[in-house]
Amino acid sequence: MKALAARPRLRGALAAAAALLAATSLAACGNDDSGGGSGSGSTGETGTMNVLAAASLTEAFGELADDFEEEHPGVKVKLAFDSSATLAEQVNQGAPADVLATADEDTMQTVVDQDGTVGEPSVFATNHLVMAVPKGNPAGITSIDDLDKKGVTYVVCVDTAPCGKLAVKVLDASGVTAKPASEEVDVKATLSKVELDEADAGLVYASDIVTAGDKVEKVDLPTDNENLNTYPVAALSGAKKPTLAKQWVDLVTSDQGQRVLAKAGFGKP
Amino acid sequence: MSTRSRSRPALGRAPALLLVPAGLAVLFLLLPLVALLERTPWPDLPSRLVAPDIVDALRLSFITSTLAVVLVVLIGIPLAWTLARVEFPGRALVRAFVIVPLVLPPVVGGVALLTAFGRRGLIGGPVYDATGYSLPFTTAAVVVAHAFVSLPFFVLSVEGAMRATNREYDVVAATLGATRWTTFRRVTLPLAGPGLLAGLVLAWARALGEFGATITFAGNYPGTTRTMPNAIYVALQADPDAAIVLSVILMVVSVAVLALLRERWFDPAVQGATRP
Repeated sequence: MKALAARPRLRGALAAAAALLAATSLAACGNDDSGGGSGSGSTGETGTMNVLAAASLTEAFGELADDFEEEHPGVKVKLAFDSSATLAEQVNQGAPADVLATADEDTMQTVVDQDGTVGEPSVFATNHLVMAVPKGNPAGITSIDDLDKKGVTYVVCVDTAPCGKLAVKVLDASGVTAKPASEEVDVKATLSKVELDEADAGLVYASDIVTAGDKVEKVDLPTDNENLNTYPVAALSGAKKPTLAKQWVDLVTSDQGQRVLAKAGFGKP
Repeated sequence: MSTRSRSRPALGRAPALLLVPAGLAVLFLLLPLVALLERTPWPDLPSRLVAPDIVDALRLSFITSTLAVVLVVLIGIPLAWTLARVEFPGRALVRAFVIVPLVLPPVVGGVALLTAFGRRGLIGGPVYDATGYSLPFTTAAVVVAHAFVSLPFFVLSVEGAMRATNREYDVVAATLGATRWTTFRRVTLPLAGPGLLAGLVLAWARALGEFGATITFAGNYPGTTRTMPNAIYVALQADPDAAIVLSVILMVVSVAVLALLRERWFDPAVQGATRP
C-alpha cells in the first residue's frame, strides 16, 4: 500500500524532471536557431547589457530579455530586480548599468536630477492596486468597504514604498477607517501574507495577481486617477552599451513590448 | 584565575603572526561602528529620541525581548539541564536541533513559525478554527519569534556551563541524601550561574536585534509589532539618515545595558565560579 502510494509521486517527480530537461533543451535549440539567423538586429555592440528594473517587472522583463537576446546574437541581457528606490540609489552611486525602469516617476526623477539618464525617460506601463484575497475568499471580501468589517485582517505595503503610498491614497479615498494588521516592506511580502492565508486581504498591484497564479483571487478596486502608478524607463548616461540600451527602451515601448506587459497584467501608458 | 596569573612562567613575546591578525579582527569589528557614529547627524539625535514612533518602537523592543528572555529561561534551563545531565538515546540529535535556529536564516525561521503557528499552521490552524485566535500580527507573535531565535544562545551557554562544572559535586550531594531536584536547585544551578547570566544577556541582545523572523512572522505595525530593527529597516528605505540615527540609538542602548549588567553581575559571578 505504501509503495503504491509512493509511486505516483515518484512518477510525478520524474515527469517534472523530464519536462524541465525538455524545456531547457528546447530553449537551447531556440538559441541555436537564432544564432544561425540573419542577425539583422545586430548593432555591433555585443556582450552583457545590465538592466535594472522594479521587482514588479520580473516576469515581463524576463520574457522580453529572451526576445531581445534572440534578436541580438552575442548579446546577453543581465536583469537585476529590486525595489525602485534601491535601484535608483544604486544608479546614483555609480552602479554599472545600462537601463533603469522604475515603478513610479518620483523615483526615476532622482536619477534624472543627477543627469543620470540619456534624455527624458519614457513611460511604458501603468499599474494599479487591487485586493488579493486567499483562495476561496474565506472572509467574503467583495469591495474595499469590507476591510472595515469586524474581524477582517488586511495588510498593505509600508508607506515608504510606492505601493504603500498608493495604498494610503486608495484607503483614504474610500473612507476605510480600520487599520491594517501589518505594513509589509514591499509588495511581494504583502502578497505572501495573503498567499499564506494569514491575512484576509492585501493591497497589491494588478500585475502581482497575474504572476501569483491561483493561490490568490482578485477583488477589483476603483481605478480612478488616484489609483495609478506610471512606470518610466530610461537609458542611462553611464551605459557601457548605449546603443543596446536605446534599443531596449524601444523594445519595451514597442507593440511587442506592450503585448508582453499587458499579458503580465500591466496597463497601457 | 588570580593564582594562575601570579605563577605564570615566562612564555616569551607574543608572536606577531598572532597579534597582527588579532588587531585586524578588532579593527574589522570596530570600523563599521565607528563609521556609523561618524555619519550620525548628532544634532538630530535628541529630537528623534523623543519622537513618538521611536519611543513606541523602543518600548516595544524592550518589552518583547524581556518577555522572550523570561520564556527562554523558563524552558531553556530545564532543557540545558536535561542535555547536560541526563543520558538518553538521541541526545546528540536533540542538541543538533537546538542549534538549528542559530544557523537558520531568520527569515526562514519566520516562515517556519508561520507554518507552525499561523492561522493555517500545523498548530495555529486548529486553534484558529476552534477559537478564532490568530497569533501573527500580534505582540505575542513578536515574543514568540524572539524566543525562537534566542533560545539556542541561552541553552548552549547554560548547558556548556553545566557540563563544565564537575559532575562530582552532584554525586556528593546525592550521597549526602539530596534528591535530584534539590541537587539541581542547590548545586548545579548556582554553579552554572555565570553561564546562565551570560546566556541571559546573549539571548536578550539577540532578541533585541531580531529582525527577519519578526517581520516575517509577526509583521510590521507601529505600536504592536514594529520593533526597533523593523523601524530601522523601514526608515532605511525612505530616509537613510533617520535609519542611522535609529541604529545609533539601538546600539547605544544595548551597549549601555550590557555594560550595566556586566558591572552588576558578571565580574563577581565570574570570580565566584573560578574560585573552586
